[in-house]
Amino acid sequence: MSVTPDEALSVSPADAHEISAEAAKLSRRHFVGKVWQVIFASSTLVGIVALTTLLLNIVNSAFGYVAVENTVQPEHLAINGVPIERMPKEDLVAVLESHVSAGLMRRFENEIPWEERTREDVYNLVLERVVDPKPVAQWSLYESLFTVDAIRQEMVERYPEADLIFKSWVTPSFITSPQSSNAFNAGVRTAILGSLWTISIAIIFSFPIGVGAAIYLQEYAKDNLINRIITLNINNLAGVPSIIYGILGLALFVRLLGQVTSGAIFGYTDPMTANGRTILSAGLTLGLLILPLIIINAQEAIKAVPNSLRQASYGIGATRWQTIWHHVLPSALPGILTGTILAISRAIGETAPLVVVGASTFITFDPDGPFSKFTTLPVQIYQWTARPQDVFRNLAAGGIIVLLLMLLSMNAIAVLLRNRYSRRI
Amino acid sequence: MASLNPESSNGRYAIEAKDLNLYYGDFRAVKDTNMKFERNKITAIIGPSGCGKSTVLRAFNRMNELIPIYHATGEVIFNGTNIYNDDVDPVEVRRHIGMVFQKPNPFPKSIYENVAWGVRKVTNYKGKLDDIVEQSLRQAALWDEVKDILDQSGLALSGGQQQRLCIARTLAVKPNVVLMDEPASALDPIATLRIEELIQELKKDYTIIIVTHNMQQAARASDYTAFFNMDEDRAGFLVEYDRTTKMFTNPEKRLTEDYISGRFG
Amino acid sequence: MNLKKRRRVGESIIHGFLILSSVISIFITVGIIFELGTESMLFFTRKQWERTNKEVVQNVELASTSFFVSESGATLRAGDLIRLRDEEMRVVEIQGGLLVVERGAEGTEPIFHSEGTAIEKATQVTLLEFFGKTEWNPQIGRFGIWALVNSTLMTSLIALVVALPIGLCVAIFLSEYASQRFRSILKPILEVLAGVPTVVYGYFALTFMTPLLQAILGKNVVGIYNTASAGIVIGILIIPLVSSMSEDALSAVPNALREAAYGLGATKFETALQVVVPAAFSGIAAAFIVATSRAIGETMIVAIAAGAGPNFTFNPFEAAETMTGHIVRISGGDLSYNSLDYNSIFAIGLLLFFMTLILNIISQKIVKKFREVYQ
Ligand SMILES: Nc1ncnc2c1ncn2[C@@H]1O[C@H](COP(=O)(O)OP(=O)(O)O)[C@@H](O)[C@H]1O
Ligand SMILES: [Mg+2]
Repeated sequence: MSVTPDEALSVSPADAHEISAEAAKLSRRHFVGKVWQVIFASSTLVGIVALTTLLLNIVNSAFGYVAVENTVQPEHLAINGVPIERMPKEDLVAVLESHVSAGLMRRFENEIPWEERTREDVYNLVLERVVDPKPVAQWSLYESLFTVDAIRQEMVERYPEADLIFKSWVTPSFITSPQSSNAFNAGVRTAILGSLWTISIAIIFSFPIGVGAAIYLQEYAKDNLINRIITLNINNLAGVPSIIYGILGLALFVRLLGQVTSGAIFGYTDPMTANGRTILSAGLTLGLLILPLIIINAQEAIKAVPNSLRQASYGIGATRWQTIWHHVLPSALPGILTGTILAISRAIGETAPLVVVGASTFITFDPDGPFSKFTTLPVQIYQWTARPQDVFRNLAAGGIIVLLLMLLSMNAIAVLLRNRYSRRI
Repeated sequence: MASLNPESSNGRYAIEAKDLNLYYGDFRAVKDTNMKFERNKITAIIGPSGCGKSTVLRAFNRMNELIPIYHATGEVIFNGTNIYNDDVDPVEVRRHIGMVFQKPNPFPKSIYENVAWGVRKVTNYKGKLDDIVEQSLRQAALWDEVKDILDQSGLALSGGQQQRLCIARTLAVKPNVVLMDEPASALDPIATLRIEELIQELKKDYTIIIVTHNMQQAARASDYTAFFNMDEDRAGFLVEYDRTTKMFTNPEKRLTEDYISGRFG
Repeated sequence: MNLKKRRRVGESIIHGFLILSSVISIFITVGIIFELGTESMLFFTRKQWERTNKEVVQNVELASTSFFVSESGATLRAGDLIRLRDEEMRVVEIQGGLLVVERGAEGTEPIFHSEGTAIEKATQVTLLEFFGKTEWNPQIGRFGIWALVNSTLMTSLIALVVALPIGLCVAIFLSEYASQRFRSILKPILEVLAGVPTVVYGYFALTFMTPLLQAILGKNVVGIYNTASAGIVIGILIIPLVSSMSEDALSAVPNALREAAYGLGATKFETALQVVVPAAFSGIAAAFIVATSRAIGETMIVAIAAGAGPNFTFNPFEAAETMTGHIVRISGGDLSYNSLDYNSIFAIGLLLFFMTLILNIISQKIVKKFREVYQ
């Protein structure tokens, strides 16, 4: 049978069917692929959306209208028609005297005698203690921006006595005022100082030991059973939930070493701290917590130092420690510092272990040393969040903004340090 | 006391290896090596890649010991002492038997500090640091190129300059012997030439042992040549060791002749 | 020239310090296990004496084995151990106000008790009760750990349902699809997300996620405190962990494998899902396990948003306290060292420690195996 060239080139109907089926299948496969690509891509959006929502949610609570009601209206305090704004100091003292308890007056007197106080000072006391403005209702930033009318309506109906003011819960005075039971005057000063103290102790404790352990494991340790156990152990410690460290800190530092951590054996006998729930205990607990992180990060940094550098140093007869101190560590330093700052950022945000170790729920005085009672910023945020009154949520939001700013500046420092040290070579 | 008059004992020879066997774990990398290195001469070690040249060289200043699985048997006599004796400090050994590595490895410090650091840290040098830095850099034929940029980073130099800086760094602590492991293999031809010339200069003051896989380099630059090869179980061993002129014109062993004529390796 | 070994005292001291530094990590572990262990032992062996607010209403002679007690106060059961001053007694039977007892129990001496002597009751926790019961209420001596474990498992499970698929999708996108530029934008965002303190997430759960759930499902369905919103937020918290570990595993898969798949005519998606993901499976599994351990140990989110008060329930919209949340709440108050409460946090802590430790060890084993395959 002869076949024309045309026929030879053409495809049989059966084949054609198969090919077009395959083409259809291919386009379906491509379609499925496209759909999934969209799914994959949008899952990455979850992260972005989550972060944005988180931040917006905080900002939303940190600013907004507040209805403020005075405990005593200032007009009622006028003496002979002279309002408190224009009163002389003596009259202001008299106003105070008639509105606060004698005990409180004595305390004011003890702090600074009346003769030495300025008029301004006494005036502020009157505002704070007598007029004593208190928030009675507050609105989120969103509500404050978009539902002003409804807010005014509500003001008229429910809080006729109150003033409506727009309040930013993060202000300079929020950062510099101590804790207070009146949400209006409360600040995070005590908590920030507490955070700084505990973090400092944690660093002083864990940085030398952590870097020391990393040096030992990278530069000295032979590959034997003990050292393998140590390495394995460090990796596991890094995965232990932080609250476990809190329990350890409670048993070890607060209870077992209570004499040391309360400062009793150093002759420091403040009955307030005798139970060992001090800055020192908290700092050491955080120190234990970040130790594995510092070790692991420092190990990575030391591992990254090229061997040729060590050989160069050994080759001219330097000792092991000279080699480490003068060559390995300087090269590893940016990495070690970055890792340490990461660990510190973690410690700054830690809450649970400190609650367990015994952070105070309410202190208004600045910590004055390692044997003070303490609270820290995240603990403060936690306690405010856990309050039933809504107004403390606003304070918590303010505290969160301060905390996030602290973390942000920590990381900025890390970047700066890294740049500076890597440029010096 | 290990201290000794250089003229006595192994007088003519700076280093002597006796029955040296070098291992990485169970693997014997170099076996039964006996050789002596004459003072103020350049000895080249040649051989195919992986035959243990570097291992042997690094056995002479106990540099291998930085590798945990390494161990050695036999003796290396330096200055009348077996440097593998228990009471010998490897740090002291390396201070007197300096080393230049295959890839230039300056410290990430200034040029000046690269040279001065060792002097300050490992010697008792009492004179002016500036002087010894200049002297060492001159010896390494680098002074003219860097005298105005001493405070720049050593890493900013070209590869050849870096290698000469490393040589200057080694010379600055005044070793007796300088070990060089393919010091020019990472350099371009011009830089290589300068290093070769420099090595010739240095032999006045130092005993030099240089590993090279470049036969021309060995033939041109050395007084003695040692040829290593591997046997079936990959252990390196010394095939032949003689004056360079003899090795390259009239070797005793067939294996040597094959190797230097490029038939294998 | 002297090659002799020199005494380098400084170096030896430093060496000693360095060894000590690395051994400290062992001390920490031993410390954790020892402290948790001994205090837990106390938890299971301690007799806690509680006032029953009952008293004997007659004189109890040395030899009498039954006496009347006041009606008020806690109920006693047969088998209970009670204490009148220094003498301990085992309750044999109760007939209305009449108590039949075995005198001088636990090696104590029977003594005379005058009318009005207060009765204390011992509570002791058995392992059987601890692991077998679902009610946790220290006030009345109920210590069934399942009440806490159940809610821990619920929050963790919800978290994993959120984090695993999303985290894996993110990882696949980053490793197989995303451009270098997109990666360099997204990765820092994920890092920031992972670096936000958990107390902030707790705040987020309480003030955003819960109202959101209430808005969707109704306030009468979703409580102010509930395990669902805590779980979802934990999930968000661990997405970066899952995605970065999974991405590491995916990018460790050699390109040759991808090329092989493309060579057969596979599409990008088929290559990613049917070749690369299976090849990276053990690495991804390790990521999942670490994420589980992280979710179980997460504390502040549940302490803030999941509710205070143990509650054995499978309803994710009800408040239920988790193990970690319970520890925080109990220790946040003024703990006295000689109480069952104090000891109980160690028992819970020990359980938590082992749960997370086992998960971590498993994941490390898997990762190591995985590395061996591709290196
Ligand atoms: N650190 C090491 N660990 C294990 N084996 C090694 C190590 N260094 C070198 N070797 C082995 O020792 C042998 C000799 O190596 P080397 O001395 O570097 O040879 P060469 O310098 O002649 O090329 C080779 O088989 C090599 O694989
Ligand atoms: Mg070599």
